[in-house]
Order: sequence, then C-alpha cells, then structure tokens
Amino acid sequence: MSKVQIKEESDIVKARSVAKEMARDLGFGLVDQTRISTAVSELARNIFAYAGEGEVYIETDWDHRKGIRITFTDQGPGIEDIDLALQDGFSTAGSMGKGLPGAKRLMDRLNIQTKPGEGTRIIIEKWLDK
Amino acid sequence: MTQSASIPILKLKEFLIVSIQTDLHDRMAEQLQYSILHRISETGAKGVLIDISALEMVDSFIGRTLADTAKMASTLDADIIIVGMQPAVAITLVELGLSLGDVKTAISLDEGYGLLEEMRAEESRNDDEEEKVGDAEVESETESEDGK
Ligand SMILES: Nc1ncnc2c1ncn2[C@@H]1O[C@H](COP(=O)(O)OP(=O)(O)OP(=O)(O)O)[C@@H](O)[C@H]1O
Ligand SMILES: [Mg+2]
Repeated sequence: MSKVQIKEESDIVKARSVAKEMARDLGFGLVDQTRISTAVSELARNIFAYAGEGEVYIETDWDHRKGIRITFTDQGPGIEDIDLALQDGFSTAGSMGKGLPGAKRLMDRLNIQTKPGEGTRIIIEKWLDK
Repeated sequence: MTQSASIPILKLKEFLIVSIQTDLHDRMAEQLQYSILHRISETGAKGVLIDISALEMVDSFIGRTLADTAKMASTLDADIIIVGMQPAVAITLVELGLSLGDVKTAISLDEGYGLLEEMRAEESRNDDEEEKVGDAEVESETESEDGK
C-alpha cells in the first residue's frame, strides 16, 4: 500500500505515477495502467481544486480480491448531489464535468461517500479477477 | 518556482516543433500553451507539431489545454498537429469522454510535417479563390451601375 498527500498541484502527478507503478507491478496491462492513472489524476485534481488538500491511499489487497483499490479522502465542502456530479458535463467550476463520470467509466467500481460541509471519500477499484 | 523552460520549442522553416518529454503537471501545461502561442506570434509560424509520444496519460486537463491551444493557434493562422499519441492514451481519452475537438493528429513527425504542408497548400489555394471571387463581385457591381 501507499499513501500520497495532496497539498500542491504537483502531488497530482505523484499520485498518478505511484498508482500506475503499483498497477504495473500487479500485472495490469498498459491500457489498464493508463485508465487507472488517468482516473487517479482526475480525482486527485478534484481534491486539490475543491477541497484544497486531502489524501490518496492506494492498496492492492483487500477482501481477497486481486486488483487495485484507491481511496481519495478530503475534508472539503462535500458534494451536494452525487447523481448530478456523476453526470457528464455537470460542473460547479465552469469546467467540462468529465472527471467523475470519466473515472467511473475507466474503472470497475466507483463509490462516493460525502457529506456537505464535512468532506468526501471516493473509492475506485480495478480488478484483475473479473 | 517550477520550471517549464525545459520544454524547448524549435523552429523549422515556417513550422514549430515541440516535443514533450516529461509528465506534464497542470501549470506546466498552461505555461507550454502560453509559450507556443507566444512563439507563433513572434515568428509568424504557420504550423506547430506537438509530439506527445512520451506522454503516458492525457487527462481532462491536458486534453482540454491541447484542444484550447489548437483553437487559439488557428486564430493566429497556425495549424496544430498532435503527433504520436500512444494507443493506450487514445483509448483512455475516448472512455473519459473527451474529444480533442477538430485537432488533427499524426502517427509520426514525418506524417505530421507532410500534413502541415498539405494544409498550408490547400489554405493558400483557398485564399487565391477568395480573391478571385472578390474581384468578380466588384466587377458585377460596376456593371449594374453602368446599366442604370
Ligand atoms: N472532492 C470534491 N469535493 C467537493 N466537490 C467535488 C469534489 N469532487 C468533485 N466535486 C464536485 O463535482 C463536480 C463534478 O466533478 P468533475 O470532476 O466530474 O467535473 P469538474 O471537476 O467540474 O470538471 P473537469 O474535471 O472535467 O475539469 C465538480 O464541479 C464539483 O462541484
Ligand atoms: Mg474534475
């Protein structure tokens, strides 16, 4: 497992390269490695953009599943409407609204826990044993 | 301060060549966009080849920055060609739901260079035709005035 603190913009790059390396070591092919690092980049950037800071936790062993699981945690403003935030094109920042729905498409699972005013935890997984 | 001066922009005849050899963080991508546009207006370059073959991923931010750069460059009368995108990156971009707009892509620098030359040739043909059409309009106006 590995932990990357997101405090400044360059930490986004750090998080995605650590995730890619761990995915490669675990046996994911190049396309999956790219999917994983891209999803990590999107969600780590969301932490930096909306919460200012937070943490990315990467693990490769849980519940007897083989794969990679990445948890993004922040104490930011939270997401008001999860369904809306997962829609393509929805953005409160005047951006493209591709990060969350895109990350969901790139991974096998995406789960959001959030409370307005308290923060957000997003878990993504990619499995080797589908 | 983080440096992006490490990404050189080379000039070759009327074109610029940029080869991104490092993982781009957001501010670097923005600085690169600025530098490219600045060099276009400084040199009057008519096209830019951006080699991204070393980029291991293109996320929404980098993708949008590339697309925006191409759009802005076209207002400066320069075409942008993205060269050497890795297949895994292309697949991921589509799944992410991102399109690079009308940005042209090429497999290699050679192909990209050829494409730029073709585009230039076509654009100058179109310019010639527009001029001819413009002349014809002036003539017909004169004619109708004469006819009154
Ligand atoms: N960690 C977070 N904390 C608070 N709000 C968030 C967080 N992540 C996402 N959001 C909210 O969800 C919306 C959608 O996020 P998403 O990443 O899909 O799009 P975006 O960041 O607005 O645009 P893009 O990622 O395409 O540049 C954001 O605009 C923001 O309001
Ligand atoms: Mg986002």
